[in-house]
Amino acid sequence: MSLNNLDTLYRQVIMDHYKNPRNRGVVEGDSVSVDMNNPTCGDRIRLQLKVEDGIVKDAKFEGEGCSISMSSASMMTQAVKDQKIEDALKMSEIFSDMMLGKELESDLDLGDIEALQGVSKFPARIKCATLAWKAMEKGVKEEN
Amino acid sequence: MDIQAIRDMFPILDQEVNGSPLVYLDSSATSQKPLPVIKAVDDYYRNDNSNVHRGVHTLGTRATDSYEGAREKVRAFINAESTAQVIFTRGTTTSINYIAYGYARPKLQPGDEIVITPMEHHSNIIPWQQAAKATGLTLKYLPLQEDGTISIDDVRETVTSKTKIVAITHVSNVLGTINPVKDIAKIAHENDAIIVVDGAQGAPHMKVDVIDLDVDFYAFSGHKMCAPTGIGVLYGKRELLEEMEPVEFGGEMIDFVDLYDSTWKELPWKFEGGTPIIAGAIGLGAAIDFLNDIGMDNIYEHDKKLANYAMERLSSIDGITIYGPKERGALVTFNLDDVHPHDTATVLDSEGIAVRAGHHCAQPLMKWLNVTATARASFYLYNSVEDIDTLVDGLLKTKEYFGNVFE
Repeated sequence: MSLNNLDTLYRQVIMDHYKNPRNRGVVEGDSVSVDMNNPTCGDRIRLQLKVEDGIVKDAKFEGEGCSISMSSASMMTQAVKDQKIEDALKMSEIFSDMMLGKELESDLDLGDIEALQGVSKFPARIKCATLAWKAMEKGVKEEN
Repeated sequence: MDIQAIRDMFPILDQEVNGSPLVYLDSSATSQKPLPVIKAVDDYYRNDNSNVHRGVHTLGTRATDSYEGAREKVRAFINAESTAQVIFTRGTTTSINYIAYGYARPKLQPGDEIVITPMEHHSNIIPWQQAAKATGLTLKYLPLQEDGTISIDDVRETVTSKTKIVAITHVSNVLGTINPVKDIAKIAHENDAIIVVDGAQGAPHMKVDVIDLDVDFYAFSGHKMCAPTGIGVLYGKRELLEEMEPVEFGGEMIDFVDLYDSTWKELPWKFEGGTPIIAGAIGLGAAIDFLNDIGMDNIYEHDKKLANYAMERLSSIDGITIYGPKERGALVTFNLDDVHPHDTATVLDSEGIAVRAGHHCAQPLMKWLNVTATARASFYLYNSVEDIDTLVDGLLKTKEYFGNVFE
């Protein structure tokens, strides 16, 4: 593999989310807060979700980590905002499948997330990408 | 040292990773295994496999002789007085836990102190934290100097008559700091404390003489010194091991077993409950023979040369931060500005270069360094200066690759 093959991992849109993270910060008002880390590497995220009437009204994150974990968190908060809980969880499932290299079949709008498809070719980095999604799953389950 | 001849003994090094020749710079995590070690384990399973210390059949005798023969090799390797003081364990972590459970917990009282440092690996922190919580003793930290070394004056200040155990790493797995274990042992003893040394990064790279260092316990792992995973050593002074209680009870470690009470075998077997790691110990014996053939002093000089060369070459890279003192063991820990170490490690991996990225099982030290993670390149007898040149090229490419992102 040459450096060029890295482009399948570090897509432009990923680096954009890394450099300019969306929804970084804290949710105002009532929210559920989830702290999660990746103990083997030190990545950590604090995700705050505001859930009302079964809908994710707001999602914000803080944390430290590599480009993959932080851009994935940024994309995830964008994707689940204003989604029904069951759709957010469905997205998480689709994301897990994507990390396993499965073909995507979904009518949900995944937006930028698809850019992370290349991570499946870098097994050591899959945990970086799934950290934020795991936090989201935990958060909405706590809220229910 | 003829590096090519040494490399030829390590079949794993002769491969391409992601289209480039493998450059293995992660020996502080685990070393590669030379042919004589692989062969010794293979021979054992092909010809001699049997349980040890029981039965009268020939294979049992051969297995026992090889297992106990390995113990003698370890004894000579660290210059212990007797094989009774060489306990086979699963590794450094197990060895330190044995001391924490079998010595610290039963013997220490509330108010007693254990002194450790912020540069310890988790395996030399958590066993003491747990012992402190269970028994009400106090855990105290030596301060670190700005360059990641320990000052002897601070040791004198921190170790007091309340101190019962000083537990310290021989060589830091992150900073590379080589601690003055002999001097610290002296101060510990002046205060009637004992010293426990985590030798995981020491024993593979330098001659260790437990009598000269005058350490009370010395723990190390086989897999970081060319032996298989799953075998390690706990050395202890005889009177301490006699006082220390076994942690694992069951077969192999008993003398007489009654319905309600039992007695233990003599040293070292009272600590080796269950069928031991026979093949691992035999592999460790073969690794010691291999290292001795090359010479521990030669290995020390070689590793030191590589560490110095790496320090010189890496510090010439713009925007790199190197952690730890100038004088160091066989590793360099660093970060590139604006590139997370995972990303650095992924780019290097795409060039066939294996480095470690993360917190290196030293979270308190990461806090002290004020980072969440770092990258680490570590060296051993099979590495060459060319490996370091390749690393530097890889780091320059990493910088270039990520350079545009943070314009």
